Amino acid sequence: MNLWKDFNQGIVRENPVLRLMIGLCPTLAVSNNAINALGMSVAVAFVLIGSNLVIALIRKITPDEIRIPIFLIIISTFVTVCDYVMQAYTQALYQALGVFVPLIVVNCIILGRAEAFAYKNPVLNSVLDGVGMSLGFTLALGSIGVIREVLGAGSVFGIPLFDERIAATIMILPPGAFITIGCIMAFLNKMENKVL
Amino acid sequence: MKLFGIFFAAFLINNILLIRFIALCAFFGVSTKVDTSVGMSFAVIFVMTISSAVSWLIYYFILTPFHLEFLRTAVFILTIASLVQLEELYLKKMIPTLYRAMGIYLPLITTNCAILAVAFLAIDYRYNFLESMIYSLGVSAGYALAIILFAYVRERMAAAPIPRWFQGFPIAFITAALMSLAFLGFSGMFGL
Repeated sequence: MNLWKDFNQGIVRENPVLRLMIGLCPTLAVSNNAINALGMSVAVAFVLIGSNLVIALIRKITPDEIRIPIFLIIISTFVTVCDYVMQAYTQALYQALGVFVPLIVVNCIILGRAEAFAYKNPVLNSVLDGVGMSLGFTLALGSIGVIREVLGAGSVFGIPLFDERIAATIMILPPGAFITIGCIMAFLNKMENKVL
Repeated sequence: MKLFGIFFAAFLINNILLIRFIALCAFFGVSTKVDTSVGMSFAVIFVMTISSAVSWLIYYFILTPFHLEFLRTAVFILTIASLVQLEELYLKKMIPTLYRAMGIYLPLITTNCAILAVAFLAIDYRYNFLESMIYSLGVSAGYALAIILFAYVRERMAAAPIPRWFQGFPIAFITAALMSLAFLGFSGMFGL
C-alpha cells in the first residue's frame, strides 16, 4: 500500500512539472516535437532512477555534512554515461537535445528527489518513487510535445496529419512552449476545482 | 566586430531565458518583485563571469592535456558549487554591503542551470578565453534584462482582473510567451 503510494504520487498529485514547477528548462526547450520530448524523458528517467537507487543504497554511510557534493557526483556520473550512450547510438536525437543532456545534472527534479526522498527511504521505495516521478515527467513532457507538434507542424511523431502550410508555426517556436504550458496549467486548475 | 556580434547574440537574439529556456525555475520563482530580481541579476552576473572564466581555464589547461574531457560534467558542477561558497565567504568579509544586497541569492545560484550551461556552451562553440568572457557577460546581461522587465510586468499584473483559472502561474507563462515573441523579433539583426 505504501509502495503503491510512493509510486503513484509523482504521476498526477505531485507531478514535478505541472504541480511542483521544477524541471522546467528541459520541459520547454525540447518539447517542440514528440520524439525529442520522449527522448529527453527516457534520459531523465534513467538518471533519476539510477541516482535514487544508488543514493538510497549508500544513505546509511553518507556523512550528513557533505551529502550534496556526493549526490552531485553520483548524478553527474549517470549523466555522463547517458551523454556518451546517446552520442554513440542516437546521434540525431543527441544533436537535437544539445546542451540539455549535460544539463540534466542540474535538473531540480533529480537533486530534489535525492534530498527529499531517496536519502530518507529504503531502496525499493526510492526506486518506485523514481519510476513514478519519471512517468509524471514523461506525461507532462509528452503531452506538451504532442500538442506543440500537432499545432505547429501538423504531424505526430513525424507522421503528417494535415497540410503543414496551415499549421501555426509559432507553436514550435519558443513562445509556443510558454503558451502551451500556461494553458495546460489553467486547464488543470479548472479540473481540480470541479472535482472538489 | 566579432566580439560585438557574440555579445549581442547572447544578449538579445539567443536570450538565455526567453529563447533558450535555461534557468526558468528561478525565473518564475524570484520574479514576483522587482527588488528580488535585481538582486538575483547582480548575483548571476557576478557568479557567471567568474565561474565561466574558471571552468574555461580548467577545461583547456587541466582536462584537455590529460584527456579527461569525459569528466567535464562532474568537474564543472563541483567547481561551480565550490566557487559559489568561496565567493560568498569573500564578499562577506571584504564587501559587506554587496553581500547584504545579494547574499541570499548566492546559494540558490549553485543549482541555476544558466551558470553551468554557459560553461558548457563556451566550450561547445570553441570560443577562446576573451570570447568566452564576452559571451558570459552578454548572457548574464540578457538574463538581467529579461528578469527585471518580467518582474515589472508581474507587479502590475497583481492588480489586473485575470480569469480565475489563469491566476498565478498560468498567466505568468502566457506573459512570458508574449515577451518571448517580442525577443524573437531581434532574430536576424546584424545578420546573426
